[in-house]
Amino acid sequence: MTLAMQKFTTLSSVAAPIMRVNIDTDAIIPSREMKGVTKDGLSVGLFANWRYTDVDARVENPDFILNRAPFRDAQILLSGENFGCGSSREHAVWALKEWGIRCVIAPSFGTIFYGNCVRNGILPVVLSEDTVKAFAAAAEKGAEAGICIVDLVKQDVTGPDGDTHTFDIAAADKEMLVEGLDPIGLTLKQDDAILAFREKDKAQRPWVYL
Amino acid sequence: MGRTLIQKLWDAHTVADLGDDATLLYMDRVFLHERTGSVSLKGLEAAGRKVRNPEQVFCTMDHIVDTLPGRGDDTIMPSGKDFITTTRGAANAAGITLFDIGDDRQGIVHVVSAEQGITLPGLTQVCPDSHTCTLGALGALAWGIGSTEGEHALATKTLAVNKPKSMRVAFDGTLGFGVTAKDMILHRIGEYTAAGGVGHAIEFTGSVIRALPQENRFTVCNMAVEFAAFTGLIPPDDTTIDYVHGRPYAPTGETWDAAVEYWRTLRADEDAVYDKEISIDCADIVPKVTWGTSPGHTGQIDGVVPSPTEAPDANTQTSWEQALEYMDLKPGQPIEGVPIDAAFIGSCTNSRLSDLREVVKVVKGRRVADGVKAIVVPGSSQVKLAAEAEGIDKALVEAGFEWRESGCSMCFYAGGESFGERERVISSTNRNFENRQGPKTRTHLASPTSVAASAIAGKIADVRKLA
Ligand code: SF4
Repeated sequence: MTLAMQKFTTLSSVAAPIMRVNIDTDAIIPSREMKGVTKDGLSVGLFANWRYTDVDARVENPDFILNRAPFRDAQILLSGENFGCGSSREHAVWALKEWGIRCVIAPSFGTIFYGNCVRNGILPVVLSEDTVKAFAAAAEKGAEAGICIVDLVKQDVTGPDGDTHTFDIAAADKEMLVEGLDPIGLTLKQDDAILAFREKDKAQRPWVYL
Repeated sequence: MGRTLIQKLWDAHTVADLGDDATLLYMDRVFLHERTGSVSLKGLEAAGRKVRNPEQVFCTMDHIVDTLPGRGDDTIMPSGKDFITTTRGAANAAGITLFDIGDDRQGIVHVVSAEQGITLPGLTQVCPDSHTCTLGALGALAWGIGSTEGEHALATKTLAVNKPKSMRVAFDGTLGFGVTAKDMILHRIGEYTAAGGVGHAIEFTGSVIRALPQENRFTVCNMAVEFAAFTGLIPPDDTTIDYVHGRPYAPTGETWDAAVEYWRTLRADEDAVYDKEISIDCADIVPKVTWGTSPGHTGQIDGVVPSPTEAPDANTQTSWEQALEYMDLKPGQPIEGVPIDAAFIGSCTNSRLSDLREVVKVVKGRRVADGVKAIVVPGSSQVKLAAEAEGIDKALVEAGFEWRESGCSMCFYAGGESFGERERVISSTNRNFENRQGPKTRTHLASPTSVAASAIAGKIADVRKLA
């Protein structure tokens, strides 16, 4: 069930702007779209309340950006601040990933969502609000105008205007994405330290150990 | 330089420094529920990995189970049974303690974890659920994670975490008549926006926090995530220690004494420096009700719906416009008096015994207005039993409320039961997002007593006028 981690180095794609602020994970994947005990099959519910005019009958809303060419195939999403706030549901990330999104660019992210992205091979990029808005304005003009080039190794994004903007990412997060590493396997390399911590801690805080 | 409480807890759980502010932290407790925990357990199974120290992992059924009397594995949500039976099977196979349907310890995960003494001061605890920050009210470092991180915590007893910045929020002054912990927290989010806490762990301090009973402290910490914070916590004191004492999983005897001695060290040093400080004078707080679709869209009961043209910036203006359209409200309209279709009291924010006692004080001798669906869902089976022992259920039913089994219920809509399309609900829960309580349902967040007063009035009401 664990989706294979895809390595992330560079990505060139048209970027789809959904420029609302505070887009929460309930909007990305509504609760009722999370029907099974699985990480798969969620993309059909992605942004369901916005994407469909009739959710039950799956009638597409032709105005919604991801229903329009060329944005339907966008691998990059642009959004307003606090993207992915709200519920911790990782389904939001699984739905984005299955749909084909590999990178989200926004001025800020919900903390849990950010971590979930990294663990699933999606790169969250924080750029200034003005920059994201400029990308969005360019994207609205059409396909060629909306291409962004993301380079995780160099930690920069070249926007539709040709300007290059650098971004920050924690070294561990970057390593995980670039190498496509499984985080559990990575941590278990430190198993000696974990077991040593537990032995020492047991003596100091016995009440913790049920 | 002195250390903050967050820093002390961080240091006490550091297994390894991963560089760049990332730390491998030891996880004392993991709690799961059938909605997302099932996914973590199945993911682990599929990867051929095992739960390490299952005796420190717990699971409950709260998110998908029905809250109607006589409930079982079958649910109103069409695929609900699958979540329940998968979770039961996976929890049993992993050797995890499960508070199943019918167990009198069952209830909403964050209510149960405190009630059973599973969360203790100074512990680290995670759960694949964003309101895990509720438990910070016991002085624990507790936060919500995703299902994949859940797998990581289960398999390794650790998580790799980027250290949050620190923030101190001090509530001083005096709380006015009819003003509750819920109003404090809605006030703070309203003043500082729903993104005001991004990247921060918050220590709640001040004379008003110190005077708050433990159950109300959970309400304060519960909505730290609605402030976009990593988590929120309150330094443990006598109130905390009294609360923990005698709980089923709390230590006893000499171990208890040693624990208490340690817990008393869990406070920030005098000279600790925070990345950000906010101080709030509680005299400024009146009962709060949200008018929009973000907890930041908070107004006061005697105020009016704001006009998007007064928004501080263009983004906010758009979000206010969208919110007003969804909520079907007009700028300048008084918040008090907006007619409601339903009233909901429940959730990990406000469903504990003390909340229900306050509600009964408001509704006793009164009747829910005609045409209003009014529902009370206790936060745990223990809360339900205790409430019934003191006649709270009878008083509520006499007043026209439905009294239910414990669970998340209509705090959120997963495809099971919901409020109707475009119905207007006043709710003691924590999220007023679009479609949160049902397709197109309009949610107004408020304190449980404000919800009760509104149920009686049939419209959004000022509890101070009823009480
Ligand atoms: S009561 Fe609501 S907020 Fe709390 S855990 Fe359940 S669904 Fe989440």
